[in-house]
Amino acid sequence: MKFMMDLFSAEGMATLSFLGVVGLTFIGALIAVGARNIFHNVLGLALALFGVAGLFVYLNSPFVAMMEILIYVGAICIAICFAIMLSEPLYLPKPPRKPIKLLGAGLASGLIFAMLGLLMKKTTWVAAPERSTDWSITTLGHFLLTKYALIFEVISLVLLVAMLGAIVTARDGRGET
Amino acid sequence: MIVALIGVIALVSVNALFLIWMERKVAAHIQLRPGPMEVGFHGALQTVADAIKLIGKELITPEEVDRPIYLLAPIVIFLPVLVLFLVIPFAPNLIIRDLNVGILLIFAFSSLTVLSILMAGWSSNNKYSVFGAIRSIAQNIAYEIPLLITAMSIILMVGSFKLSAIVAAQDKVWFVVIQPLAFLLYIICATAETNRAPFDIPEAESELVAGFHTEYSGMRFGLFFLAEYTNMFVVSAVATVLFLGGWRGWILPPVVWFLIKVYAIIFLIMWFRWTFPRLRFDQLISFAWKVLIPLAFVNLLVTALAIKLF
Repeated sequence: MKFMMDLFSAEGMATLSFLGVVGLTFIGALIAVGARNIFHNVLGLALALFGVAGLFVYLNSPFVAMMEILIYVGAICIAICFAIMLSEPLYLPKPPRKPIKLLGAGLASGLIFAMLGLLMKKTTWVAAPERSTDWSITTLGHFLLTKYALIFEVISLVLLVAMLGAIVTARDGRGET
Repeated sequence: MIVALIGVIALVSVNALFLIWMERKVAAHIQLRPGPMEVGFHGALQTVADAIKLIGKELITPEEVDRPIYLLAPIVIFLPVLVLFLVIPFAPNLIIRDLNVGILLIFAFSSLTVLSILMAGWSSNNKYSVFGAIRSIAQNIAYEIPLLITAMSIILMVGSFKLSAIVAAQDKVWFVVIQPLAFLLYIICATAETNRAPFDIPEAESELVAGFHTEYSGMRFGLFFLAEYTNMFVVSAVATVLFLGGWRGWILPPVVWFLIKVYAIIFLIMWFRWTFPRLRFDQLISFAWKVLIPLAFVNLLVTALAIKLF
């Protein structure tokens, strides 16, 4: 009975929704990595990113959450769907996964996970109510055009490179036209 | 919250029933025929009868479909549409949540429609469905950009994503007077985003059978229709908020004014269908990238300049 009461308190609901959102993210990520059908991968990725957007809502920054959905789920995942047209026909038997590739992927993601974990341990976290900086949309906008202008520009350069890469990949194999 | 949810579901169903009837009546009268007349007053209950028939039909799942995705697609297309009603201001106090990121929420969740269209088209394992889905993505990517940029020029003038603030900013003049080009661009893009004629190539009947929902039957097909008509309501409601002063009007209560404006825009979109022939696919895409997007950017720049100067 006590447990049920806790579940329906504000904190219980918050924890429940947090776990739900994290679960959604993990399930999505697993599908994105594990599924053998490229379309299922994309949908899994969309689910994971949706979960991340849920995390942002949980952290009380709806603006970032909406941008996450708009840009990542709405645009990036749909752009990835174009990759289906470049992929192998789905009715062909899928080539088996190479163990060396699996090992490489495991090592790389393990390394990133370890580094992020270390970083999280080293950072001194400040609870939200004690933070003095204002993180409204206005402040974010100002930061993007002043302090982080260079980073902002470099990210757009990455997009340009990605676009060029896409064109090169798509041109390949079309033959001389 | 639960009251709001029930209210929204009731509104969505009644709206879809009404719009299908309205669509048939508008189509009929434009073609100089009476349209449905038998069931109810001037056929008003025709769609109710059709809906009951649709619910009663067998749900056929073709053999070779990608089962989980095929079954999920009609649900995934319908759920985000319900979320959109969270922020629509029907009247000064008739709004479920007046979020700070209102208009962003609408654009973010309506972009999910494309993903579910793709899910439906791809999982059906039918080449016409895939064609419809792929066309739909290309079209939606192309038309979402000018849609967002035109909405941006309004947001720039108001300085807020909040829908109630956008309505409040139009107490003197409606934005359609100040931003006629933006309104025109918005209506064109909204028609394309909802896959309505002349931009209905994802389901072009004459080429693709029924496009992405060819393999769906019964109420699953019904859900796609429900989502389409609800989407139409939402884009018209957003147009009303952005350009036509939302619930502002004289004498009549605000919510009535809001609905009058929304249905007027829907009527306009239906009118398009029987006026313009369907575009060819390459024309459609090059129109978006070469005409609409540059125009939208010019509009945004001029707006920004005007705000700085005056």
